[in-house]
Amino acid sequence: MATTTMTMARALNEGMRRAMERDPKVLLMGEDIGKLGGVFRVTDGLQKDFGDDRVIDAPLAESAIVGTAVGLAMRGYRTAIEIQFDGFVYPAFDQIVSQVAKLHKRSKGVYTMGLVIRLPYQGGIGAVEHHSESPEAYFVHTAGLRVVTPSTPHDAYWMIQESIAHDDPVIFCEPKSRYWDKGEVDLDDPGPGLFDAVVRRPGTDVTVVAYGSMVKTALRAAEAAAAEGTSLEVIDLRGLSPFDTDVMAASLERTGRLLVVQEAPPYASVGSEIVATLTERCFYSLRAPALRVAAYHVPYPASRIEDVFRPSVERVLDGVDRLMEYDQ
Amino acid sequence: MADELVQLLSPEGQRVDHPDYECSLDDTAILGLYRDMVIVRRICNEATALQRQGQLALWAPVQGQEAAQIGSGRALAPGDFVFPSYREHGVAWTRGIPPADMLRIFRATETGGWDPQRYHCNLPTIVLGDQVPHAVGYAMGIQRDGAEEAAMVFFGDGASSQGDVMESFVWAASFMAPVVFVLQNNQWAISEPTSLQTKIPLYRRADGFGFPGVRVDGNDVLAVYEVSRRALERAREGGGPTLIEAYTYRMGAHTTSDDPTRYRVDAEVEVWRHRDPIERVKALLAREHAVRSSTFEEVAAEAEAIAQTLRADVLAMDAPPATDMFDDVYAEPHPWTEAGRAEVLAFAEEAR
Repeated sequence: MATTTMTMARALNEGMRRAMERDPKVLLMGEDIGKLGGVFRVTDGLQKDFGDDRVIDAPLAESAIVGTAVGLAMRGYRTAIEIQFDGFVYPAFDQIVSQVAKLHKRSKGVYTMGLVIRLPYQGGIGAVEHHSESPEAYFVHTAGLRVVTPSTPHDAYWMIQESIAHDDPVIFCEPKSRYWDKGEVDLDDPGPGLFDAVVRRPGTDVTVVAYGSMVKTALRAAEAAAAEGTSLEVIDLRGLSPFDTDVMAASLERTGRLLVVQEAPPYASVGSEIVATLTERCFYSLRAPALRVAAYHVPYPASRIEDVFRPSVERVLDGVDRLMEYDQ
Repeated sequence: MADELVQLLSPEGQRVDHPDYECSLDDTAILGLYRDMVIVRRICNEATALQRQGQLALWAPVQGQEAAQIGSGRALAPGDFVFPSYREHGVAWTRGIPPADMLRIFRATETGGWDPQRYHCNLPTIVLGDQVPHAVGYAMGIQRDGAEEAAMVFFGDGASSQGDVMESFVWAASFMAPVVFVLQNNQWAISEPTSLQTKIPLYRRADGFGFPGVRVDGNDVLAVYEVSRRALERAREGGGPTLIEAYTYRMGAHTTSDDPTRYRVDAEVEVWRHRDPIERVKALLAREHAVRSSTFEEVAAEAEAIAQTLRADVLAMDAPPATDMFDDVYAEPHPWTEAGRAEVLAFAEEAR
């Protein structure tokens, strides 16, 4: 078994390299992704190796980046787009929801919209305005799109390849605060499927569902809770559209308590949908109302105070306490 | 304006000399263009009638713009790919799309209407300007395939204000994409005149992006054909993009839901009635090529037959089964979409 240690940024780079080697129709497009290798260096060296016909430095126009990728898809190309930061995806929103999401349907399956929109998202890096957002719910809400988010280098390596190979458009949310975290990557075995949830830490008292950056936060909380005698089962969601209801339900049927942790604000969010879906499915297993630990209904704040906005280990533990109190 | 406008045929049907363009078409080809325009106008009139009779949810009349669409559409080679907006019934006709298929989206039995790959013609795009970057991206694909093909994309004076159009100009110029932009300036974006969209002639915008722009008499099918042909050749040969402004007029309403009497005067419409794209070709054919009135009658009869077939086809077009909404949303089944399908089927089963 060939395993190697690398950062998530490197794993994404290696994954895209594999995808481009495998399929000559795979292109990369984005702002500053060529010579510079992207502002996060995720595409470092790829233009040098694959040429500027395949690794395309785009003019600074997000809507046209997505719009031209649609046209390329109509000609059989698979473009993995890099949107430089989450907050810059909105100029392309119309192309994504009106065109990317609908053209397979409108053409009765003739067009394959096999493109990937990579979105460095979530906060926690002390950035300035528009660089730390969590827009995933907009895309989860839109039929015709799929949304995934890795939390480890191994998943980043495999999920980017699987997303590029997928015939549906995939919004690929990359937790930028985890780009530099290192982890083991198994280069032979992808493991679970693209949309499968994974139990990262087994437990018995509370099911904690997290995704992207919050998986690490949830695991730290589980560590702390264990010291106090509470056992958290941490699930890494990975797929947001669709999400893996079976893995979450199996866990919830054992624990009876559900906590969803996300960086996005709570209202009409991925967490809301998980709570609704699992309440419906596991109503008689619940020992407490399902809770969300999320951001607040405010624009992403000045990053000097982002640690209050983003769920912390303490807030996760507070949520756990609230769930456990229902038994007393 | 006169010196900027490429015109090869006057509104009276007289040949006009132009220093850069000359008509390459023989009388048979010109009669073919005449036939196309007559048929497209007849299809349009039938569709308007069908909408008035409650058989279509909406219709976007093309009347007045037949030359702009037939001239450019007939300049396309089979391997080229065209990206229409929602009024390009003439372009669709030149691609061989059955008229009934053009009306499916307007009868609201489908959200598309035809197989875009079969006809090399994208589906109608209703969000203004969205199709323009698609054409540029498609053209970038042509470049990567090393093919001698071009993309042609249609939009209007209203859509010319859209950011996607501006962005597409930047991209096409930077990448020398083999794309021809056809801007049909029909003077009105629903109720808004072109003067609200631009303070300079629209074709001149190309200058600012670094590629040629040309204004052609959009009611002169011979000029539109020649200008389009040259722009397409240039694109296929690696010369990069061209913006063609087809200067024309929307004789009818924006759509069947619109009332143009609220925003424009009859006198203006009358001026353009004298510039009709079909009458001038008819005059030319009768005078210069001695085409007899019986030939024109045959064309009219053919158009009438097509309209009657269209009417029958549309009336036979039923709503799809309700579960059609769940088909092809995804290339691979998505559990949330499939949950909806199961619910609709179960509900229908219970109701039986």
